[in-house]
Amino acid sequence: MAEEEITESVSEEEEVSEELDPIIVERISILENILSSYDISITSFLGEINIHIGRTDIIDILTILKNSPETLCNLFLCLSIVDYEDRFEAVYHLQSTTLNHRYVVKSSLDKDKPLISSCIGLWKGSDWYEREGHDLFGVIFEGHPNLSPLLLYEEFEGYPGRKDFPFNDYKEW
Amino acid sequence: MTNQQSLNSVDMLLNMGPQHPSTHGVFRMVLQIDGERVMDVEPYIGYLHRGSEKLSEGEQYAQIVTLFDRLDYLANFNNELVFCMAVEKLMGVEIPERAEYIRVILCELNRISSHFLFYGTMGMDAGASTPILYGFRDREKIQSLFESVSGARMMHNYFRIGGVKEDLPSDFFENIYWLLEEIKQGVDQADSLLSFNEIFLNRTRNIGLINTEDAIDFGLTGPNLRASGVSYDLRKNDPYSIYDRFDFDIPVGDRGDVWDRYFVRIQEIRESIKIIEQALKQIPDGEITANVRRIARPPEGDIFVHAENPRGDFGVYLVSDGSDKPYRLKIRPPSFCNLMALRHMMRNAYVSDSVMILGSIDIVLGEVDR
Amino acid sequence: MSILDLFLLQIKIIALFGGLTIVVLSLVWLERRVLGKIQRRIGPNRVGPQGLLQPLADGIKLLVKEDIIPESADKWIYWLAPIIVFVPPFVIWVTIPLASDNSILAVNNMHLGLLFVIALTVVSITGLVMAGWGSANKYAILGGLRSTAQLISYEIPIIMVAISVLIICQTTDLKEIVDQQNVIPYVVYLPLGLLLFFIAGIAEVGRIPFDIYHAESEIVGGPFVEYSGAHWSVFYLAEYIQTFTIAVLITLLFLGGWHIPFISLEENIVLGFFVTIIKSYVVILIIFWFRGTFPRMRIDQLMSFAWKVLIPLSFANVIFSSIVIFYDIPLLVLSIINILITVLMGYVLYNKFTTPAKIDAEEMLRKARNYKLPEGI
Repeated sequence: MAEEEITESVSEEEEVSEELDPIIVERISILENILSSYDISITSFLGEINIHIGRTDIIDILTILKNSPETLCNLFLCLSIVDYEDRFEAVYHLQSTTLNHRYVVKSSLDKDKPLISSCIGLWKGSDWYEREGHDLFGVIFEGHPNLSPLLLYEEFEGYPGRKDFPFNDYKEW
Repeated sequence: MTNQQSLNSVDMLLNMGPQHPSTHGVFRMVLQIDGERVMDVEPYIGYLHRGSEKLSEGEQYAQIVTLFDRLDYLANFNNELVFCMAVEKLMGVEIPERAEYIRVILCELNRISSHFLFYGTMGMDAGASTPILYGFRDREKIQSLFESVSGARMMHNYFRIGGVKEDLPSDFFENIYWLLEEIKQGVDQADSLLSFNEIFLNRTRNIGLINTEDAIDFGLTGPNLRASGVSYDLRKNDPYSIYDRFDFDIPVGDRGDVWDRYFVRIQEIRESIKIIEQALKQIPDGEITANVRRIARPPEGDIFVHAENPRGDFGVYLVSDGSDKPYRLKIRPPSFCNLMALRHMMRNAYVSDSVMILGSIDIVLGEVDR
Repeated sequence: MSILDLFLLQIKIIALFGGLTIVVLSLVWLERRVLGKIQRRIGPNRVGPQGLLQPLADGIKLLVKEDIIPESADKWIYWLAPIIVFVPPFVIWVTIPLASDNSILAVNNMHLGLLFVIALTVVSITGLVMAGWGSANKYAILGGLRSTAQLISYEIPIIMVAISVLIICQTTDLKEIVDQQNVIPYVVYLPLGLLLFFIAGIAEVGRIPFDIYHAESEIVGGPFVEYSGAHWSVFYLAEYIQTFTIAVLITLLFLGGWHIPFISLEENIVLGFFVTIIKSYVVILIIFWFRGTFPRMRIDQLMSFAWKVLIPLSFANVIFSSIVIFYDIPLLVLSIINILITVLMGYVLYNKFTTPAKIDAEEMLRKARNYKLPEGI
């Protein structure tokens, strides 16, 4: 069954008004309708709509967001990997050029073996982001044709983006 | 070294290596050519990777502004603006009006100087030796104005979280009115030299075509996307700062070839002049920085802010854990995404075209590699 | 020939060599100053008064530079290439007269002077291919191939236009050709011929807009990329001598050489010499002006320009001039035909390139004023 919760953001300044922008409320309800068959949770923080999803549904949800006429996210803005203490998180930012809105899709990855499907079939513009994620963090994107190092040189060992990389003590020679 | 599975024994591999007069920085591409035609191109980046994202996790917020200066080193103010906007949005700080106007004026001037450099290097890639000197002449005038404002010609470190560092110098307004007149003449002169020259048109029309759907699919933004016919300019579509108070046009091309990308940028110089003139009339007196603590501690949360840089859509994804250093700072550089479309644009190109196409995307390796 | 004649011949050859060197040095200086003026900067002005000793300083620098020879280069071809490029332009100068008394100012004015000149300009093409191949460098090979294609294609308009001049003046002796222009220079009868010869001449020398085969910004020097120091300076000098040769040929064939129309110079050698030199320098200044203004053409555009525009026009020129001479039609008809063709060609090229671009620019400005925000705002 679908589990949805809408939580309001609490920041120091916005404690005064607890009600959200009606546009955002409307967009959240549209999203709930579209993605009703998936296990997601939608939050909103400072005007952005974050969709937290499970790792396995990523391709289906991104396809729906790209193709459905209410969202039409055709521009792939950014893919970031964040290294929290207990998990990795892949954060996708999608933008629609025609409907002029933005969505954030977040998906948690396993800390020991971060693995997620590649969305290169949907947007060709996600190619180098995934290579960079693999290069700096060690996240494996299944289905990507070519995960060779992008920013680091080929003999580099270790994943410098992670928090446990000895950044200040790292000696190259 | 390429990643192709099977090397055709007839094609020749030509390495336009990290040191080349026209690859705009330390960028390497390996062309697989068959005579004069380019069959495939493999770009290699990472020669300028300095680990900016990781470095910023160990610096306080005020120190990161200098790091952002050095990302897109041709549009320093625009980068600083995005970072300051991100932190200010997280903290909920409201910036005084005068600081907003100063920021907009300086960012638009930076856009003009960046586009002049693009014009110069475009002419140089095509073989004309004069446009680069015309472009740099006007750029020098703008940079001396920057020096009088912030103390440095290039890496300014002028914006602060909550406003700007110092007020404008006393002779700023007469300098800038003189400068705007010079820039108007400069852009007209530049336009008349190169834009409708038959040889240049021959070199740039119908070269490096990319249509609308492909452009959006590859994640192109900025003048490259507008040249392919998509109306996407963050200053009008999703106004940040005070851009909704100004009246300016956005040039949108038709075909997505090299000439469209070039001409869109020349027109943008003229539009930026309009914005600056309007801002100069409206600028109020007042404070230049909000009341923010010197060591900024934004609350927990994450935010994504993007703005219209001269090269495209520059974004910052900031994850904060409440301390005085960011937890994760991810930079979305426009040139990184624009460069992904290089291979698509170079199908059916000649070797000479490859130089023009690379020049027309207008990359800056500082932000591609970070 | 007696010993005295041989001795005089030697003196003339040495004087010619020295004169050409001085001319080349002056061209190097002139080009850099003129380019500086076009680009709104000062050219060289430090070495010597007004920078006049700059070419000398450049020459000394190039001579003392280390000569680096790539290990996998083919030694014989690598060494021979500069010689083959450098010697023919000098040999051509044996027969070019610069003033009316050819016993003093041409080493040996041949009756077949024009033919000799044209035949020898082709020889230096081989040197470029040898330079490209012998350098064992992919960029050099590309440059060598491009240069061969370009230089061979642009020989044909030169030859054809020379033939049409020949048809009008009925002789190949360069002095006779100039003496027949003492009232009306041939530019009046053959303006299209002058234009074609000028453009093809620039392409032969390898100057902008036709310098793709040794373009700095693309293939980093083309066939010259592996040459350094004194070797490279040989190529550099050869290019300037060829430029000067083309300019002098234009002056002799079309602009009247040492004659000023309607003023008879009474066989005054010194004045005639200076008139020739001044006219050549005007042509050279126009060549330098092109360098400062135009971008360069791509190799396939260059080739299609030669084969689709220049060669048909030069053939048409030959046909029209032979018709006019054969049927004894007054020569002004030829000039009218030439002017018509030139204007027509200019109109066609303008409409093909510039007009669509201007239309697109207007469209872009119109769309900018009516910028449509996407729906959903």
